[in-house]
Amino acid sequence: MIEILQPGILTSVQDLGRPGHRQLGINPGGALNCLALSAANLLVGNDMEAAGLEITMGACEMRFTTDTRIALGGDDFDARLDGKSITPYWSVPVLAGQTLKLAHAGPNATQGMRTYLAIAGGINVPQVLGSRSTDLKANFGGHEGRALRKGDCLPQGPASIAIAGPAFGVRSPAWSGVGTQTQDSSKLIHLRVLPGPEFEQFTVAAKNALWLDKWRITPNSNRMGYRLDGPELKRKQNRDLLSHGVVPGVIQVPPSGQPIILMGDAQTTGGYPKIGVVIQADMWKLAQAPLNAQLQLQPCDLEQALHAWEEQQAYLNSIRETLAALDWSRATQYKK
Amino acid sequence: MIQPQIHFLGDSALLCNLPPPATLPHQQRIWSIADEAASWPEVSEVVPGMNNLTLILRRPVVDMKVVTKRILDTWAHVDVSHIAGREIEIPVVYGGADGPDVDIVARHTGLSSKEVIQRHSAGEYIVYFIGFMPGFAYMGGLEPTLATPRRDEPRLSIPAGSVGIGGEQTGIYPLASPGGWQLLGKTSLPLFDPTQTPPTLLRPGDRVRFTVERIAK
Repeated sequence: MIEILQPGILTSVQDLGRPGHRQLGINPGGALNCLALSAANLLVGNDMEAAGLEITMGACEMRFTTDTRIALGGDDFDARLDGKSITPYWSVPVLAGQTLKLAHAGPNATQGMRTYLAIAGGINVPQVLGSRSTDLKANFGGHEGRALRKGDCLPQGPASIAIAGPAFGVRSPAWSGVGTQTQDSSKLIHLRVLPGPEFEQFTVAAKNALWLDKWRITPNSNRMGYRLDGPELKRKQNRDLLSHGVVPGVIQVPPSGQPIILMGDAQTTGGYPKIGVVIQADMWKLAQAPLNAQLQLQPCDLEQALHAWEEQQAYLNSIRETLAALDWSRATQYKK
Repeated sequence: MIQPQIHFLGDSALLCNLPPPATLPHQQRIWSIADEAASWPEVSEVVPGMNNLTLILRRPVVDMKVVTKRILDTWAHVDVSHIAGREIEIPVVYGGADGPDVDIVARHTGLSSKEVIQRHSAGEYIVYFIGFMPGFAYMGGLEPTLATPRRDEPRLSIPAGSVGIGGEQTGIYPLASPGGWQLLGKTSLPLFDPTQTPPTLLRPGDRVRFTVERIAK
């Protein structure tokens, strides 16, 4: 079991989401950085779909009540297990009673945004509509349908493979060429974007600005959407659209001309014109992008999008296959 | 046969837009195609909208010709006869603390409060699609004389089950939420319960009637 000693700013139980109910208005939600959670899950012997914790901007502290194994993915907030530093994308044995503490994000939050904790067996809260993710807006799923609080105790399930022995690590997605990640808000974050259905309805100036200007993520951003600050994007004509289904990654432009990138907790339908859509394979970069970070949007095509997605799948597959091929009973002997 | 325009919505979704105006026959075809496309192996989810349909794909697809052809073929040949929708009755306590805007709607429409309630509960409404929040139905069929603009200042919290009018639409809030609609009353029926299957009371295609449970003072 995990006992939450300090929940930090926003910590919630998340898995890969709750697909299948969008036509009833229920969004899939789930971890904003599915790549990080999936990799961390594999490292502790779980299926990628197991539930873990999404920790926002560090400052979180928890105690483990049994011997277990954990892995962190995403940003590094100087995580320490009983004072000893642990690195993201390492699989670390934990003894009953040990405490994991993640430091606070810096004053300008230049260290990033989110860390994912996976624990052997996953967090075994009940599945609701096929998922353990917390729907923070509709207040169901996860632990009591809400963000975690001090004193919450989270049960663990059984792991798929019993990984044993000393700590080991894999290359992080950023180092593996799966994507580049910046830990510094002065550096640009590059996102690959496909033109949206209404792209051609925007003025030439707006289309140029989309690709050439830099876009700042405003602090008025959350799991529903990232509001960007930059030049005003205007359409040639302001025709109203009828409500239609939307997906995370859609860059919609409300009448203010300041775009919003929809994130995992966005509504299932929307009505604003869509100038572009961030490719799926780059959504994890947004999950890690600090507030006030600058984005550079790059046009791309479907082939590049598919290639990037396949690269990520290959990264996860390589971790899974490597761990499955090892003989963990010998690792246990080694430990003894 | 009116065919949709098909757009990529990123690398893993397709938006099929019918030309305006939105009509019930258009929408019935959309529900039928949604039902059928939901079983295609490459489709993970379907989202009917107003005069459009979004298909969410399981993985990014590059060769869209196959999917596009399948959509257009299905659009032309789908059987819409089975789309009857269920009849759902929703009892409402009109007026009082749960329906604080009946008088505003009466003043705006030039009707008496009693007439507003009588006309609202006399209508048959059709669920065109569900969005905005779990179980929130966008319904057609509001009598045009009842149309009333949204409030200038949205309320910070509207209780779950509130029934209201926003412009030319009527609807029910399944969950407590901020909102700008003019509230006529409240139902005690649960509109969204994630522990139930299906989790929402209403589905696209349903025909809804509001019945007067009581008029509160």
